[in-house]
Amino acid sequence: MARYIRHACAFCALLLVALLVNAARVQVVQSRAYDANPANRRASIARYAQPRGDILVGGEPVTGSVDTREQLRYERSYRDGPLYAPVTGFASQLYGSTLLEHAEDGVLSGTDPLLAPFPLWNDVTRSQSPGGDVVTTLNRAAQEAAFRGLAGRKGAVAAIEPATGRVLALVSSPSYDPSVLSGNGEAVGSAWARLNHDPEKPMLNRAVHETYPPGSAFKVVTAAAALNAGLVTDLDAPTRSPDPYRLPGTTTRLTNEGDGCADASLRVAFEWSCNTVFAKLGVDVGVRDMTAMARAFGFNDSGVRLPFAVSPSTFDPRVDKAQLALSSIGQYNTRATPLQMAMVAAAVAEGGLLRSPYLVERTTRRGGETVAGSGTHPVRQVMLPSTAVRLRELMTDVVREGTGTRAAIPGATVGGKTGTAQHGVGNSGVPYAWFISWAQADSAMNPQVAVAVVVEDASANRGEISGGGDAAPIAREVMRAVLGR
Amino acid sequence: MTKAGTTVTAARAPAPAARRPRRRGIELALIVLAVLLSVYGYCAAGLARTGTVPPDALGYGAGIGALALFAHLAVRIRAPYADPLPLPIGVLLNGLGLVLIHRLDLETPGDRAAPTQLVWSTLGVGLFIVVALLLRDHRVLQRYSYVCVVAALVLLLLPILFPAVNGARIWIRIAGFSIQPGEFAKVLLAVFFAAYLADNRNALAYTGRRLWRMQFPTGRVLGPIMTIWLLSVGVLVLERDLGTSLLFFCLFVVLLYVATGRTGWIAVGLLLAVLGAVAVGHLEPHVHGRIEDWLHPFATIEAGQGPNQLSQSLFAFAAGGVLGTGLGLGHSLLIGFATKSDFILATAGEELGLAGLTAIFLLYALLVERGYRAGLALREPFGRLLAVGLASIVALQVFVIAGGVTGLIPLTGMAMPFLAQGGSSVVTNWAIVALLIRVSDAAGRQHEGQEAP
Repeated sequence: MARYIRHACAFCALLLVALLVNAARVQVVQSRAYDANPANRRASIARYAQPRGDILVGGEPVTGSVDTREQLRYERSYRDGPLYAPVTGFASQLYGSTLLEHAEDGVLSGTDPLLAPFPLWNDVTRSQSPGGDVVTTLNRAAQEAAFRGLAGRKGAVAAIEPATGRVLALVSSPSYDPSVLSGNGEAVGSAWARLNHDPEKPMLNRAVHETYPPGSAFKVVTAAAALNAGLVTDLDAPTRSPDPYRLPGTTTRLTNEGDGCADASLRVAFEWSCNTVFAKLGVDVGVRDMTAMARAFGFNDSGVRLPFAVSPSTFDPRVDKAQLALSSIGQYNTRATPLQMAMVAAAVAEGGLLRSPYLVERTTRRGGETVAGSGTHPVRQVMLPSTAVRLRELMTDVVREGTGTRAAIPGATVGGKTGTAQHGVGNSGVPYAWFISWAQADSAMNPQVAVAVVVEDASANRGEISGGGDAAPIAREVMRAVLGR
Repeated sequence: MTKAGTTVTAARAPAPAARRPRRRGIELALIVLAVLLSVYGYCAAGLARTGTVPPDALGYGAGIGALALFAHLAVRIRAPYADPLPLPIGVLLNGLGLVLIHRLDLETPGDRAAPTQLVWSTLGVGLFIVVALLLRDHRVLQRYSYVCVVAALVLLLLPILFPAVNGARIWIRIAGFSIQPGEFAKVLLAVFFAAYLADNRNALAYTGRRLWRMQFPTGRVLGPIMTIWLLSVGVLVLERDLGTSLLFFCLFVVLLYVATGRTGWIAVGLLLAVLGAVAVGHLEPHVHGRIEDWLHPFATIEAGQGPNQLSQSLFAFAAGGVLGTGLGLGHSLLIGFATKSDFILATAGEELGLAGLTAIFLLYALLVERGYRAGLALREPFGRLLAVGLASIVALQVFVIAGGVTGLIPLTGMAMPFLAQGGSSVVTNWAIVALLIRVSDAAGRQHEGQEAP
């Protein structure tokens, strides 16, 4: 009998071994897969168990955290939600996160390994670092001025510091309050549905995720290409362009809004935004050089990260001459984000140097100790310095005596370019009003701000839509905010 | 191996001067350690949940300590030769179970289970003391084997008169307490099996017909035991308590094998088990669902219905990893229903990790091993079979429920001995420990050459 007892005992030992091996399988071998299962709420619970780090503008947080005492404890809150929504995005317990909240999530949620006091510290202790803060490059006054200027009309503003590439303002209108999406209740679901079905598209970030035909504002690029290629050497020499201009290989005639464009000099054509002159210039420069110049300014580049991705602006490289003529005055397939047009103005202001725009100055630990700087920002020589000097001259003329007089600021040099972009089937849509500009206070060494404004206001009369009328005053207020005037 | 019917050898000469240590001091030291560990766990859970040491920690420790001390005194008086391990293991597992249940209570203020469990644990230790004091010799039980079996069947049939709870008809309600009579039936049936097999094992092994190398016992011997067993299993299928049914089945096969040494029994047992499992799995939708869950624990997630209990349990174990989150820091409540009872091990797995889980399994293994050891040391068949039966009950219970919640075998509801919420289970397991103490004391006495008083 003793033998059989031993056998039975061995059987029990076998059961024990099976239990232990299986426990090791579940708890060690497959634990990562189980932890990552989307149905496992532990990751979410841990994520929301502590206050989320803040996004700072001018040293002040524009975000916060609310303790709900629920299973997912902390919810995101926003001060001035609609004002900063195009920068912060939302951080929702139901719908994930976007923009800065998404791109800097590791720092904000405390999961970034850089936040740990020592490498692997958190893995060993099973602790989570408190959420870190993200310090933005935004200028609060400029942001508010832009938002005030748009006043709820559809449109967007992007402002850059030309010398560094720091984004000073990023506004999209109409906007929304991201805090309505923070939680996980029923109200969040209905708010989500409401915002997504709103025909005004309040959740669309028009400053970086919407491309518009830039219209006449693109003439800065065309002028840069012509000057760089040496096609135009004297700003005041006649350009030998007819008015109206027949598009090459077609019977279509291109006309101008105003008079005095026939055979006008580049200075006059730029001041009064002559379509005929620039269409012909574009054709004369040729598709290769036009495309190269547009690309140098940042068109056709889908790699821009602010850190969040920016929609690529486009300049179609496969065009015939007629299409090239239209492309050169910012029509046809030429499309640009407001941020891209701000980069165009910034490159002119900075002597032909273009610095990649960025939005995050640095990330810090909860106490303010820097974790990471903003990283490196590539610099590109877009055009010859001499070309930039002459373009600056052209742009200052526009504000001094051309279509952009409403952007003038006393005590500062301002250069700009208006744009009124046709769009829609047969150009039936209400045109977009553009204004791109830069400003330099008389006391400053170089321009401190470059800005692009687009207003797409479907309710206005066609006659009243013009870059100079609608967009220029907004640009002026933003520039004044940055210059402190 | 002794022949059936022989009594234990007559008393030898008086004990020699060099006496074997009785090891009661070791038992006391281990009990103190077990109580301290439980109190430490209680404090750790409180600290993690509320940030302060619970004010009643000392009271809790004193309460458990007093209970354990009384049990220890009872052993000291009535079973001085007993094995020193089973009692401290029982105390530690019960204390740990209370800590885990209390820790889950902290998050479910509306539904507190720890106080009730504490009352039941007290009753369990009380029963332990009563058994230790009143049952002088386990062989007394042999005389009452038929009483035991009748009582067991009555207990098993009782819940049929009461409404089903969560698809299982295993509870009876008396004065606000719900009791699972099936738990007590385990011990009674083990006693009966041991007694019956001790009496008839030769008949079972050596008589009857040969059928192609297989020895089949006569119907007269086999009949009663098969009837009882089938009856109990049938009742369980009716009551949908699959875990207990599986336990009885395995217990029966193990005891039959130990009593007769016929491997044929194991073959027949396995065959019957497979047939029964297939039949029940096809006929019972409840059981069929459990098997499906076991094969595809994440099927409900893929179907978009969210995780079921088993997948939540697996998530909890996985979250624990090697070292665990620490007491009070896991989220095993996500399992939802039955977190404190059937799935208590998931809380242990998540908060104590693989290390803690292994320690718990090893505690059970030690308890089982001590039972087997006593069985091997004894010389009379009833004691042997009783010890093996009791140890096997513990081992099988642990395997069925632990294997179920970790996805090793299909999940069948059953209480983790000492750990899980469930009054009847705690009381029953204390009775098992008491009987093991008694049997091991008999083994020790026999070694000393002393008769039972």
